[in-house]
Parts: sequence; C-alpha cells; structure tokens
Amino acid sequence: MSQTQAVVAVRNVTKRFPGVIANADVSLDFNAGEVHVLLGENGAGKSTLIGMLAGMQQPDEGEILIGGAAVKIASPRHSLELGIGTVFQHVLLVPSLTVIENLMLGGSWWQRLARGAALKRFQELSGLLGVTIDPDAQVGRLSLGEQQQVEIMRALWRGEKVLILDEPTSMLTPQGVKDLGAVMKRLRDKGVALILITHKLVEAYAFGDRVSVLRLGRVVGDIPPERLKAMTESQVTDTVIQMMFGTTEAHARDAEILTGRGRAAHKDRAVDRSGAARLVARDVSTEADRGACPLRDVSFDLWPGEVLGIAGVDGNGQKHLAEVLAGQRRAGSGKIAIAGVDVTADGVPERRRHGVRYVTDERLGEGTVGAFSVATNLVLKEIGHAPFWKRGISDWPLINDHARAEIKRNDIRTPSEKTPVGRLSGGNIQKVLLARELNAEASVAVFNKPTYGLDLQNTRLAHDRIIASAESGMAIVVISTDLDELLEVSDRIAVMFQGHLAGIVENGPDVERKVGLLMTGAQSGTVGEAA
Amino acid sequence: MSAEAETLPGQLPGGDKLKEIGAHIARVLIPVLLALIMGGIILLILGKDPLAYYGYVAKRGLLTWGGLQETFTRMAPLLLIGAGLIVAFRAGIWNLGGDGQFLLAAVITSATAPVLVGTLPDIIVLPLCMLLSIATGALWSVIPALLKARYGINEIITSMMMSFLGTSFANVLIKLLFWDPATTVPQTRTLPVEDRLPRLGDSTVHSGILIALAVIILVHLMMTRTAFGLKLQVVGANPAAAIHAGLNVSWLTIATFAISAGLIGLGGSVEILGVFGTVRADWNPAYGLLVVPLVFLARFNGFGTIGFVFFFSALMIGGDSAARRIGVPNHFVLVLVALLLIFLAVVEYLDHIRRKKAR
Amino acid sequence: MEGLLTQPFLTALLFGAVTAGVPLLLAGLGEQISEKAGVLNIGIEGMMLFGAYTGFVAAYYTGSFTLGFIGGGIGGAVVALIVMLLCIRFGLNQIVIGIAVTIGFEGLTALLHYFQFSRTYPRLDAAPLLAIPGLSAIPVIGPGLFNHNAVVYLAVTLVGVFTWMFRSTYVGLNLEAAGNKPAALDAAGVSVIKTRAMAVLSTGFLAGLGGAYLANVGAGLFVPMMTGGAGFIGIVLAMLARGKPVWVLLGAALFGCSLSMTTALQVAGVNVPTDVVQMLPFAMVMLVLVIFARHSVLPPALGLPYVRGDRG
Repeated sequence: MSQTQAVVAVRNVTKRFPGVIANADVSLDFNAGEVHVLLGENGAGKSTLIGMLAGMQQPDEGEILIGGAAVKIASPRHSLELGIGTVFQHVLLVPSLTVIENLMLGGSWWQRLARGAALKRFQELSGLLGVTIDPDAQVGRLSLGEQQQVEIMRALWRGEKVLILDEPTSMLTPQGVKDLGAVMKRLRDKGVALILITHKLVEAYAFGDRVSVLRLGRVVGDIPPERLKAMTESQVTDTVIQMMFGTTEAHARDAEILTGRGRAAHKDRAVDRSGAARLVARDVSTEADRGACPLRDVSFDLWPGEVLGIAGVDGNGQKHLAEVLAGQRRAGSGKIAIAGVDVTADGVPERRRHGVRYVTDERLGEGTVGAFSVATNLVLKEIGHAPFWKRGISDWPLINDHARAEIKRNDIRTPSEKTPVGRLSGGNIQKVLLARELNAEASVAVFNKPTYGLDLQNTRLAHDRIIASAESGMAIVVISTDLDELLEVSDRIAVMFQGHLAGIVENGPDVERKVGLLMTGAQSGTVGEAA
Repeated sequence: MSAEAETLPGQLPGGDKLKEIGAHIARVLIPVLLALIMGGIILLILGKDPLAYYGYVAKRGLLTWGGLQETFTRMAPLLLIGAGLIVAFRAGIWNLGGDGQFLLAAVITSATAPVLVGTLPDIIVLPLCMLLSIATGALWSVIPALLKARYGINEIITSMMMSFLGTSFANVLIKLLFWDPATTVPQTRTLPVEDRLPRLGDSTVHSGILIALAVIILVHLMMTRTAFGLKLQVVGANPAAAIHAGLNVSWLTIATFAISAGLIGLGGSVEILGVFGTVRADWNPAYGLLVVPLVFLARFNGFGTIGFVFFFSALMIGGDSAARRIGVPNHFVLVLVALLLIFLAVVEYLDHIRRKKAR
Repeated sequence: MEGLLTQPFLTALLFGAVTAGVPLLLAGLGEQISEKAGVLNIGIEGMMLFGAYTGFVAAYYTGSFTLGFIGGGIGGAVVALIVMLLCIRFGLNQIVIGIAVTIGFEGLTALLHYFQFSRTYPRLDAAPLLAIPGLSAIPVIGPGLFNHNAVVYLAVTLVGVFTWMFRSTYVGLNLEAAGNKPAALDAAGVSVIKTRAMAVLSTGFLAGLGGAYLANVGAGLFVPMMTGGAGFIGIVLAMLARGKPVWVLLGAALFGCSLSMTTALQVAGVNVPTDVVQMLPFAMVMLVLVIFARHSVLPPALGLPYVRGDRG
C-alpha cells in the first residue's frame, strides 16, 4: 500500500485543564477512506482531542497537521472551513428552526437566505448518505436518529473531507445503529476520513478499519487495518484489554464493562416473587408538557430484591417515569402503590417516607445544588426534619458531623465536607447522590442513567452498589440507554416506546434480540414477556 | 486508579482563614474605592472639587452629631427594604416592585394612624399600623407572585409594572380619598408628633431604627439558621433541585414575595410613623432600587447590609446638604450607586477568573 | 359626554397616541431584537433616557432635528456599548448591570442637565411635521395619523423592514439561534458574542432614537427622568409580541392611546385626574399579562451568558 499522506494528523499534542492532563503527547494519523476508531473509557481524553480538531480548544503543546502542513484551528468556523465536520454527542441543532434553516446556519448577518442553493446541497447530501428527511420539518419534532442524520449533513455541508462522530450510538436503537453503520460505510467508500469515538469495543470492531486505544490521555495501542481485518472479535478484545490494562485477567471486571460481556452479576441472584410486590404501577399516565414524552398507561410490578431495567431510546418517557415514581410529577391517571399503600397522590416528601429514593441523571442540574457544600447536599431532602433540624432551627454541627461520616463511609474524594459540591468530579458527585439516597430506610430506589459519563472504576462501583442494594431487599428500577449496563444488573428488562411500556423481558437467553425488537415498537405479544 | 481528575486541595477549611478574610475585605473595599474615584472624576469634569464634596459629605453625614442622627434616622426604612430584598434575592426572586410596595404601605399607614389615635391607645395604634402596612405590601405582591408561581412569568417585569401602578395608585388615594381637608397641597391628615414613634433618649432618632435593626438581624438569622431560610436558598440557587428535593416551590415563591414586600411595606410605615407623620402627593423617595446595590455589595449578609446602609445613608444626608452648599445635586448619589454596582460586578468577575486559574 | 365622539377629541386622541406610542414602538422593536438573541435588556430605560438627553443637546446646539435624532441614537448606543461590554463580552449578570445602568444614567442625565440647563430650561422650537399628501386630508384620522414628524413614518416602516429581515435574512436566523441554542450557532461557526453584541447595540440605537423623539418632538425639552418607564413598557411589548414586530406596533398603539387619554379627555371637557390616567397603561399591561399568562414566550437562553466549551 502506497504511503499516502494523512488528511489530518495530530503530533505530540498535549492539553491540560485545571487539575488534570486530558491529552498527553498524542500522535495519530487520520487517513482518507478509512474509519479510524478512538476507543477508550469515559475520561480517556477522546472528546478533548476532537474538541481541538473542531476548533473548540487549542492544544497546549504539539501541533495539528492538515495535509501535512501545521495549522492552528482557531475556531469552529475555521474547522468547518478546513473541511472538518464534527457531530457531537449532544444534538447541536436549534429545535425551533426547520431542518433546512439549521443547515443554512453559518452565514453572516447581512447575507440573504439562499434557500434554493441550500436545498440543492441538501439533496446531494441526502443521496450521499442514503437518507430521506423533510427539509421543512421542525427539528424539534424529528426523532433522535433523524436529528443525528441532520447533524451529519451539517458536518459535511461545506465539504466532505473529515467527519468526526463523538459517541454517536448512545441515543440510537439497535436498528438505528445499523443504519448509522451503513451511512459510515458509504462515506468511507467515497473517500471521507471518518473518526469514530466510542467506549464500546463491539462498535470498534463492527465499524472500524483502524483502532487506536486511549487511556488516561495517552495512546496505549494501535491496531492498523491489515491486522484488524485478520482478527476475530475476541482476539481484538484480548488485544485491547492487553493494551489498556497490561494483562488479560487482572482487570476482568473493567474489561467486562468495556466489552459489554459481563453478565455474571444477575445470574447469581434469583428473585423471590412469592410474596406481594413492593411497587405496583397500574395504567399510569402523565400529561405532556413542553419537552419530555409523557407516559401512557404504564403498568408493572416490582418485587423486593429485584432489579427492573428500563431500556429504550432516550426520550420515550423515561424521564416522566422516573419523576412519577419519585413523586416529582403527578400522575394524570392511574395508580401507584408501595407495599400495598396507595401513594398516587403523594408528593416527594411523602414518597420518601414510604421509602422511595431517586438518583437522578442530572447530577448537578437537579440532584444537587452545585454552590452548596457537600454536607448541605447530603441532607438536601431532609430540610426541616429531625435530627438535623429541631423546631425549624438548623443544627449545622450535626449536619457537618453526619457529612464527615458519610464521606468516609462512601469514599467520597473531597477536600472537606464544606466544599461546594460543584467542584467535585462527576464520579464523586455520584457518590454523594448514592450516599444520600441509599440510606437505611430506602425500600424502592429509582436510578436514572446511573453511570453516564463515569469512568470504569466509578461505573463498577455504582453497579456494585445497585446489586448490593438489591441483595439487601430493595426493589430497584434502573433506567438506562446503555443496554449492556441493563443486561449486567437487571433481572427483567422493560422497554419504553413512545411513553408506553412496550414489553417486559426476562434477562435470559436471546434477551438482546427481544429488547431490540421492542425498542423499535414491535408489539409486546410477539416477543415474549415475563409476568 | 481513577481516570478522572481528583478534586484539588482547594482552600482548606480553617487554614488560610486570615487570607480569606483579607480577600473578602478587598472584594468589598475595592469597588467602593473605585466608585468614589470614578465619581470624583465625573465631578472634576463638571467643574466641582471632588475632595471638597466628599469631605463635606463625610463631615455632614458622619462627623456632626446632628448629621449622624439624621443618618441613623434615614437608615430605618433602608434597613427594612434591605431585609425585604435579602429574603427575595436569596430565593432567586427579583422583587423590583419596592417603590410601589413602600409607598402604598406608607399611604395606608398615614391614612389610618391619625384616625385611630383618637380611639385607641398609642401602644396599640403603632403596631397595628405597622401590621397593616406589612399586609398592604404583601398584598401588592400577590399578582406578580402568582404569575411567577403558576406560569413562570418573569417577576422583574411584573413587579416593576406593579410598582408604577402602585405609585400612581398611592397618589390617587391621597388626592381622592385621604386628602386632609385642612391643607391646600394634597396630603393625608398629619399624625401629631406626640403620637409618632418615640425618640431614643434625647436624640432626634426615633425607635424605628431599633425595629429595623432587629428585623434585619432576624432576617439574617432566619436565612442562615432555619430550615425555611435554607429552603428559600435552594429555590434561589437551583429551582430544579428544589423540586427534586420535594420543596413546594409555588408556595415558597408566594411566601417569599409576601415576606419581602411586607418588610418593604413596613419600611414605608416606619418612615411615616417616625419621621413625616403624613404623605404628600407626588412624594416618592424611590428607595426601592437604591438599596439593591447595597444588598449585593453585602452579598446578602444582614450584618454587611447594616454597614453598607449606614455608609449610604451618610452619603445621602451629606449629599442633601452638599446639594445646597456646593451645588452638586443629589442625583450624583444615583451615579455613585450605579458605579458601585458596576465595579462590584467587575471585581467579582475578576476574582472568579483569578480563582479559576489558581485551581 | 358627547364631547367624546367629536372631531377635536378623536383627532387629539389619535395625534397624542402616535406621539406617545412612537417611543414605545422604537423601544419595543429594539428590545425585541435583544430578546430574540437571548439578552434581557433591563438597561433599556437608561438607553432611552441618555438618548433623550443627547438628542436634546444635539438638536439644541445644532438647530437640526435630524442631527438630534442621530445624536439620540448614538447616545443610546453608548449605553448599549457599556452593557455589551460588561454582559456580553464579560458575561456579568444582565439584571444587575441593567439596574446599574438605569439608575446611573438617570442620575447622570439629571446631573448633566442641572449643570447645563437648569437655569435656562431651554425649549426647542416645535418639531417639523410632515403631512402625507392626500391621506392627511381625511377628516378626523388625517390630521391625527398622517401629519407627524418623519421619525414616526420611519418607525412604522421599520416594522415592515424588521418583519422581512427576520424572515428572509441571516439576521433573523442568527438571532433566533443565539437565543434558542447558542451552542448550535457557535458550532456553525458564527460568533454568538458578536451576534448578541450587534443585537444590543441595535437596541441601544433604537431606544436612544425613541428617547430623542420623546424629548425633541413629544415634549420639546429635556426633563430628568422623563421616560417614566417607557423603556420597561418596551420590554413588556417585546415579551408579549412573541417575535413578531407587528405585535409590537399594535401594543405600542394601544399604550399610546391610553397615555394620550388625559390630554384628549381634557380637550373633550372631561376632567379625569392625571394619576388615574397614568395608571391606565400599567393596569393594562398587568391585565394583558394575567389574561395571556399561558402564552408569553421567552427564548430559552434568555439572560444566560454564553461561554464556549467552558469546563468550569
């Protein structure tokens, strides 16, 4: 194979943030007509690297080469002009504008809107990608998969040289992932240099031509195309684990999470369903408000010691489900009962007294007050209650003592209990939430995306906590868009689709296929469900 | 071995306390100094001697017994407004309707007090009127409170509109309902001096200042040491977290507005019961917005507010005289207040940047 | 009461409504631009007031009304520059700065006026009126609506211009993106800060122009604090107009009518206390807000400063 020049390359790039080295001496080549996968856990530095390619940040050391020449990518606009298109993890489209308006975005204020030319380009790219979308549809109304396709078009709008995809599959159904793979293949065959960021080895194997493995900001290994083609998936798995952890056995649990192959946990448990269900939901519906998808006639039973996973593409009612179970949102109709007691009309404080706990996915946005101390956040849901409050007066020494004990017990890394919780790392904020929610009187716990954005170690810790809580008799609901995570911890898996509970499947053989089908909206009757 | 950043050893609690206090003082003094300097420059441009002006203001407001008494007297309504603003701002509610709340409560007080003194003993009338004024202020905040609690409508605009409405309505009440027939210029019946708030000792300062000091200290303690105060702070810091924590945000919003407006109304009442005894038509000292920067400078701390209100009152009293003697109208105080706010915001921002870089 | 339907009353009402409504229209249109871009411009009152002062001074010393209007626009833009620097560039709290700017320029203009004009209190000559041929001859509404200073016609034309601009040029698109999802605009390569800065400066110019009109045409002189809440009413108009300039025009017209009621009623021989009439516009605002509470729409990114890729 002739030595062609890399379309884009990074040489000895280092990037530091306060307190952490995000990228350390990274050198990589990205070639045309190749899908180059950057594989690594959360926090490995993948997003930082492509942030620099996208013009969001500048490297502290090292350089970026475009077509062999060193270039300083000063801004997102510059990055686009250089032919580098980036699709970020979170949709960066304006929901109130139409598809074509979003794609036209980027002109200077004095220019007229050239709709005709834009439509032409739109048709071109639609053909290239093999997708059909209505250009005049309001983006806010499109499905996440369609929005992602628009994002890809936007990234390629000014030229199809380099396309960077940052964790693109986290929001997609299994079918959506296949569709995305097809699109990537088409682009690759047209000569586009694709960079795919993922933390899932399965995807790296399925989509990649070349795999570079990152860990703690460094490139720890590289599998060139010739080698990758010749290996089986398990060989790739072993190689990657070897690159990341040095041996194949030592970090077996971490490896399991990375490869998504660990199902050991739930197999050791058997749920006792002989007694009464701890949590009963019957025909629960919620009202739609601006934003999240409402619930429609959701019914399920949950037994003590059981972990019920809630799968589904983001935005199919999961947020409403979590909130309605926690008492944050009123059920428009239907009934919720805990240990036989009807709690449908109860708000958050009353639900908590019945033992309901809710670990939210928005750790800083909703779960904590970032400006308040760790100590205050640990008692945030107990304000006004004994023993921390007596007749309305705060007992700050007691609150701080309690915090110090919890910090020790849960291994929360913080300078002190008085530190504002916003300063802690994501993993430690999650530890604060877990410490607060999983206290002695908890009997029903709802987890929403418990390991989102966490590194392997903290992911493992969270899973351990969940399983330990189940073993001690708690009834647990885990909501997640990561199917592997649900397969690891759940006894049964329910699938949300457009606000309905499409079906519940026992976590056994063939579960992935069944869940995948349910996620696309197939009827529950044809797939097979548990009681 | 975690792949994430360890949290950094930031300021250790206890250690470096002195440095913290020093930085804190600097963060407060620097904006004040900058504002005074900038104000001085403006005076120079206008052809006035800033040192003479500031010197005169300091002398008149602080260094003469007469001026000092006036300063303390002026502090009373300002402290109560400050208390009201602390409650609102800490809860994240922008109660900018202070002027309307203040004035209406003052008018109600001045209308009812002279009537009641004939029938009831003073010791009942004064607290009664004060309670009435708290209710008036609170009532005037109901609409903005409900609009915010129910529909999330921005309270800045609604409270401001109610303020304009309130000041006009107050005038209407004076001119149409409460006009003392014995006067040519429309004003309410005057409360006789002996029925007003008693003086402190031999001074001209009325006991309203004691009420005001007690109230603002109580408000401070409430915000920092009670469950209710903490709940308000959660709502102000992160409304989504407040809902998550099970707080009744709607009710807390309405309660906050009521308390805030009620305290501001109390300020209006105290000013009438202690100083004027009557409300003249078109009277509007417009303290509502002026206290805002003082509360910000004090970072919503009750004791800090007392300090800043003292400083500001001295400035106003001195400035009143300076208007006559040196020919610098009291509008200059408005300019100083604005400069203070701006420099405060800038200093805060620079400090924030500095701390971010240090991490 | 028959005096109410007579020609003098109606003409006076219409004429006064336009004169009172134009500053509100200009302030509202300006504020609408800022709000679209996600900036809650509380300082607009200060922009109007400073524009009134600089507009008056410019007209007084040059004798030209046109220069007066330009001067007013520049004055408003200067205040906007301060807001832009502090809030958009540095990301300081928009509300705090807005209050500071309003108080500060209230004081500053009063101060400047005192030092320059308090002894003389000069008035300007009556502003030149431009009668639209033909239309101004229509009985009752002719002299009421079509015999005004050129700025009035300019303001109304702007409504149409802005409507077109928002729909058919990048101005509208960029503003909406800046106000709805600034990250998307940034990713598309357009500077969010520049977009918002231009929005705020435009608001300043328009508000200043409105202030200058208020002083030079409406009153003929400058009085400290003369805007009396007009800027805030502009904010309300923009809030309720949901992004469409036409609604700002209607709202301004409504307010103008209620504001001109006093003089018109006096012409008709009805004596209603000024204070009651002064309450009308604000009471109306509250009424509208209460009735349309569910429908008031503000852009999601309103009031939040934008920082690109901030990890902090």
